[in-house]
Amino acid sequence: MDEAPIPIRVTVNGAPQEIPPALTIDGLLSRFGLDRRHTAVERNRLLVPRASFEATVVEDGDVLEIVTLVGGG
Amino acid sequence: MTWFSPDEPLREDRPLQIGAHTFGSRLFVGTGKYDDLGVMQQALAESGTECVTVAVRRISLGVPSGKTLLDYLDTDKFVLLPNTAGCFNAEDAIRTARLGREAGMSDLVKLEVLGDTETLLPDPVGTLEAAKVLVDEGFTVLCYTSDDPILARRLEDVGVAAVMPAGAPIGSGQGILNPNNLRIILERARVPILVDAGVGTASDVAVAMELGADGVLLNTGIARAKDPVRMARAMRLACEAGRDAWLAGRMGRKLYATASSPTEGTIGIPGE
Repeated sequence: MDEAPIPIRVTVNGAPQEIPPALTIDGLLSRFGLDRRHTAVERNRLLVPRASFEATVVEDGDVLEIVTLVGGG
Repeated sequence: MTWFSPDEPLREDRPLQIGAHTFGSRLFVGTGKYDDLGVMQQALAESGTECVTVAVRRISLGVPSGKTLLDYLDTDKFVLLPNTAGCFNAEDAIRTARLGREAGMSDLVKLEVLGDTETLLPDPVGTLEAAKVLVDEGFTVLCYTSDDPILARRLEDVGVAAVMPAGAPIGSGQGILNPNNLRIILERARVPILVDAGVGTASDVAVAMELGADGVLLNTGIARAKDPVRMARAMRLACEAGRDAWLAGRMGRKLYATASSPTEGTIGIPGE
């Protein structure tokens, strides 16, 4: 019998989140319904280059920042 | 000197070059503090700018995103200049710059490392530290700084593409508070110098450009004007006027009058 996968706990933009295991950055962006254009991601204080979104798997305890460009001086 | 000595050759007009980018307009305009992004769009067009600053911020999760800033910015028309505003140490500024480069797909960064929230004055130590790292990582660094000529030189030495001394504190609209420091920076500069921050109205832009600044970066002066679109036009004209006045070379200042009309052949008696 299949068991439901145990979710992992991560922090996204300062807030705790439970997400399915083995999710990639790309999968995470889709889960939150986020546009890839002008979006950048940092994992544990290190930039995740756009080209690595699909290859980077989010792990339990990760601290993620997802940012975009807004009005500023 | 802001005016010509008799033996100085005529100043030559060259396009503004910062890193790999050439700009026709010498005005750099911020996109913050607009209540209405449609007004911002019109103001940017009227300002004639080719480079606009943007900030890097967390996306709000779970909030359906309506139209965002980027829906109002034609990136074929404007070079994006992500800033590190809101960073109070070198590490946060470096992280923000990296995120900004990835989000903006631009090698440019407006580096600012601030000292505290009340003055928003630059932290010179953190600024220099972050500038070194970002230059090494291949960024074209436009560096916000105080109007300290020695710090400006140190920033040039680590390889920033442009030094951007503040005219006055960010968002204060006080104009160019220390034109003498700015003149010293300009006389010794080997990279473009853009006056950043403190510009309240068109004459402030003109003053900066007449002193020989290579450009001016401003945000609040336009965004917080009663009519931002008209103020944007005023800023453009002031920038062009100031640049022309600098190129033309102003006359010297004299304490006493010099008549413009012939002093010979008057019918009265001079001085009576």
